[in-house]
Amino acid sequence: MTQHQVLEYDVVVIGAGGAGLRAAIEAAAKGASVGLICKSLLGKAHTVMAEGGVAAALANVDDRDSWKVHFADTMRGGHYLNAWRMAELHAQEAPERVRELEGWGAIMDRTPDGLINQRNFGGHAYPRLAHVGDRTGLEMIRTLQDHGIHEGIDVHMEVTVSKLLMDGGRCAGALAYDRERGRFKAFKAKAVVMATGGIGRAFLVTSNSWEYTGDGHALAYHVGAELVDMEFVQFHPTGMVWPPSVRGILVTEGVRGEGGILKNSEGRRFMFEDIPPLYKESTADTPEEGWRYVVGDREARRPPELLTRDHVARKIVKEVQEGRGSPHGGAFLDIAWIKEHIKDSEDHIKKKLPSMYHQFKELAGIDITKEPMEVGPTTHYAMGGIRVDPDSQMSTTVPGLFAAGECAAGLHGANRLGGNSLSDLLVFGKRAGEYAAEFAAGNTPVHLQDEQIDLAVQEALSPLERDPGADVGPYRLQYELQHLMQDKAGIAREEGGLTEALNELQELKTRAQAMGAGGSREYNPGWHTTLDLQSLLTVAEAVVMASQARKESRGAHSRLDYLDKDPEWGTVNLVLKKGHDGEMELRREVIPEIPEELQKIIEEQG
Amino acid sequence: MPSKVTALPVRRTFGETMRTDAWWLQPVVVFVVFTSFVIYSTWAAFQGNNYYSGNLLSPFYSPLIWGDPEAHSFTGTLEPGWWPSFLPVFSPAFVILWAPVSFRLTCYYYRGAYYKAYWPGPSSCSVGTPREAYMGERNFPLILQNAHRYTLPFALLLLVFLSHDAWKALWFQTESGSEKLGLSLGTIVLTANVVLLSGYTFGCHSLRHLIGGGIDKLAGRPVQRAAYECVSWCNGRHMIWAWCSLIWVSFTDIYVRLCAMGIWADWRIL
Amino acid sequence: MKTTTFKVWQGNSDGGELKTYEVEVDQGYVVLDAIHRIQAEQANDLAVRWNCKAGKCGSCSAEVNGSPKLMCMTRIDELPADKPITVEPMRTFPVVKDLVTDVSWNYEVKASIKRFSPKTADHEDGSWDMDQYDVERPQEFRKCIECFLCQDVCHVLRDHQLHDRFAGPRHYVYVANMEMNPIDTGDRVAELREELGIGYCNITKCCTKVCPEGITITDNAIIPLKERVVDQSYDPLARLIKLVKGSGD
Repeated sequence: MTQHQVLEYDVVVIGAGGAGLRAAIEAAAKGASVGLICKSLLGKAHTVMAEGGVAAALANVDDRDSWKVHFADTMRGGHYLNAWRMAELHAQEAPERVRELEGWGAIMDRTPDGLINQRNFGGHAYPRLAHVGDRTGLEMIRTLQDHGIHEGIDVHMEVTVSKLLMDGGRCAGALAYDRERGRFKAFKAKAVVMATGGIGRAFLVTSNSWEYTGDGHALAYHVGAELVDMEFVQFHPTGMVWPPSVRGILVTEGVRGEGGILKNSEGRRFMFEDIPPLYKESTADTPEEGWRYVVGDREARRPPELLTRDHVARKIVKEVQEGRGSPHGGAFLDIAWIKEHIKDSEDHIKKKLPSMYHQFKELAGIDITKEPMEVGPTTHYAMGGIRVDPDSQMSTTVPGLFAAGECAAGLHGANRLGGNSLSDLLVFGKRAGEYAAEFAAGNTPVHLQDEQIDLAVQEALSPLERDPGADVGPYRLQYELQHLMQDKAGIAREEGGLTEALNELQELKTRAQAMGAGGSREYNPGWHTTLDLQSLLTVAEAVVMASQARKESRGAHSRLDYLDKDPEWGTVNLVLKKGHDGEMELRREVIPEIPEELQKIIEEQG
Repeated sequence: MPSKVTALPVRRTFGETMRTDAWWLQPVVVFVVFTSFVIYSTWAAFQGNNYYSGNLLSPFYSPLIWGDPEAHSFTGTLEPGWWPSFLPVFSPAFVILWAPVSFRLTCYYYRGAYYKAYWPGPSSCSVGTPREAYMGERNFPLILQNAHRYTLPFALLLLVFLSHDAWKALWFQTESGSEKLGLSLGTIVLTANVVLLSGYTFGCHSLRHLIGGGIDKLAGRPVQRAAYECVSWCNGRHMIWAWCSLIWVSFTDIYVRLCAMGIWADWRIL
Repeated sequence: MKTTTFKVWQGNSDGGELKTYEVEVDQGYVVLDAIHRIQAEQANDLAVRWNCKAGKCGSCSAEVNGSPKLMCMTRIDELPADKPITVEPMRTFPVVKDLVTDVSWNYEVKASIKRFSPKTADHEDGSWDMDQYDVERPQEFRKCIECFLCQDVCHVLRDHQLHDRFAGPRHYVYVANMEMNPIDTGDRVAELREELGIGYCNITKCCTKVCPEGITITDNAIIPLKERVVDQSYDPLARLIKLVKGSGD
């Protein structure tokens, strides 16, 4: 039998970004004993990278806003593949979730009346994003962290989960190792909340950090949870492209919200071309009207730079492909031009976008108050994830397993609106915590099986026992995978490439299973990467399979061989599940019919 | 309550660092300039003469309470009656200089600077300190630094007198005995002195706290808010003001002294 | 592309040494890129902590050429080209392995500080009125990314190792953010003087110098807090006024 420590809780939350923290806080408030596992240090999760704001129909800036408008915007942005019940709950509950943060110490920017200020963002009809300059994510995670540490939650930092443990058909906890010494911990829990975030590391150009290897997706999948919408990977239109070492780092949509415009190498504002029919009515005709919208003219319509992310990203790629890109293969994002309209524009930019100013100044040597930035698409967010019940966030197939935030799916459909992820993680983080605590209270204790744990420990330790010199090493293998995904399952996909990708993934899988890591169990990133690779390969396979199956272009999923939306696919989600033979199985599932009153809201909002 | 941390790296010895830049330069400059100032000002304070010339009065000697009647001292006598006879000398500067000295000694900026230059604990950031034991400003005598705000009224009062001196430096005796408005290099020197000392004094951290920093809501109090803004502006440049005013106040004394000694004649501009 | 020499500290709590690596350096490389390159090509198990690689999470703190820095924001072309670049772990915390240190003490200290406690909400929906002017002061402190470079550079912790008596600049910034929040009702001034040991700070301003977020830690957080301590503990006149007026804001 292997050596491991057993820790017992009512609820174990895996992941300590916004969703995980919010879930842990709620579960603790409901009286559950809570263990919170984070892969990094507390407060370092990817939520800190969210810049622009948190979407909530507070109607502080424009009183025409309401949950109904927010709901309709979210559905339209997701091309109606969203789980409508989640979109409804999200729009209704987001304002309260945002307001409650200020009672925990958050301090948002204010309106002249002293209320929470809101800014424009792509796809949102009215100024809706509560924000703090361009560091809203940091504000949120710090607030949740500082509140959470007083709620009696046990935090386990730098601990990585390698397997979910099962008791019969029910989720019973997780096996994890600590980074510091490589010691194993078996978490025994009546309910497990998965809040592990995204899968960005499966791609070469990404805004995500090393952690985002799709652990939650993969762990849940391997114990029988369903994954849904995996073909929809959001490529944020504006990532840094130069210098090479910073490629992919996010440039907030807030730049465009504050009036930033996109131009090609000919100096043309290309976003005014090919405006999608769905948004034709609500988009400005002239740059002049666009600017009026930015400064709050209620009669003006939004500038085309604020169209949804999928569209903007595709437009930039098109300009580059047709030879009108910037010198390093992107487009120009210009905020400095607002000096034509604002007297002290340099101070204004520094105040509204301080970390963008800092980021470009330090890393690229560019002063954004004077020069345009070079930007291009970067892998940003997985709309797809663990399929959950919209109200409780429990997995549709594994009792006791909950999911919230990016690793859960449903709210965003085919494309996520900016600002909706921060509100997502608050609303559904809370719900997951609440229902997990309730589930734990209402169910019998679980039992851990030693054989299961022993097997998982052996599996985790096996890379250290294999010869590290036999292959290219874990980092290079990960790089090969990222390359493959970027090229063949990236922003533009087609049948042949996807088929090749599937085959190559099988080969990478075999190599990864034979991969050895040198060194010891003590803080050994090489070993950790070898383990993370397993999760990455699972999610990569899911992305490729779903992308191959969806024979249309919709939202974030673009097929070069099926350029248009196909109405037949407009009512279908793709669901992936581990088959009895261990192979990944895919099926189409028709979206349940939307209730009449919600349909009416969508129609009323145009 | 913070807890003890064990297994820390071995502490570095005095001056030990991995820094490769000229980290020692700043404390050395502070040491040299500050020491020179202390030596010169002590010497000047002990002189007890050559502190005025025509309409110019040295800032080390202002306000002139006891002093040369010719320089219009307030009491019109050379020294106070209560001055103990066993003390060999009296200088008018003695009854004044304790105020600016205590203000500067307890100043938040100077504290950091002279601890680095004289105490070296540490002499620069991430450079090893000479001793392991450390009390900070929690015990006598350094706990007295907390009285900084009590030295502030005197520093502010001095500004009034120095402004008055600068005003007087605008008026020149004519041959008929009346006074006429004019301008000399000395006027400019004295005026600059007031400006620099004001910039320094109005940027005081304690003043910033007392005038508005101590409360959390300034919106809706326009006057207080404006005052807080002004003080904060000066405070952001406290170091610059501190050094410029320190050097200039010595220079002002030197200027007046040279005029009084007849080495230099004040240059009349208007 | 050119080759640069790096000396990277490797070891654990039992000791270690600077190991030399020759690294190919691309345009725009930051120190963290070079460390990653060493990790990928020469030392797979080299331990380093990092996350966002954009100066927002505060994970990759280390000492580059002896100065506390975020490795992801330190450009190699801004360091002297003629000398090897040394990279060491922070000295104020126990080493775990290589460039990784055990910073858990910081989390313990924070948890010991009296939590944020708001006044009753101004509106029925649970929201508060705050003026933008008033929130800008605490907002500066909320920029903190908890990289702990200020803790690392502070001689009270670094050289005198008074971890049990001194909370460090990061936590004064944390306290300042609550103390200056217009809706907070908590009072942490006595705590600052006693348990958190603000009196040990002797204003070297090193914390301000190393702050990657440009927070004016000393002038805007620590000194104003010291002044609040003076109000409560060292200024008889202020206490008298407070007694007569009753507690104001």
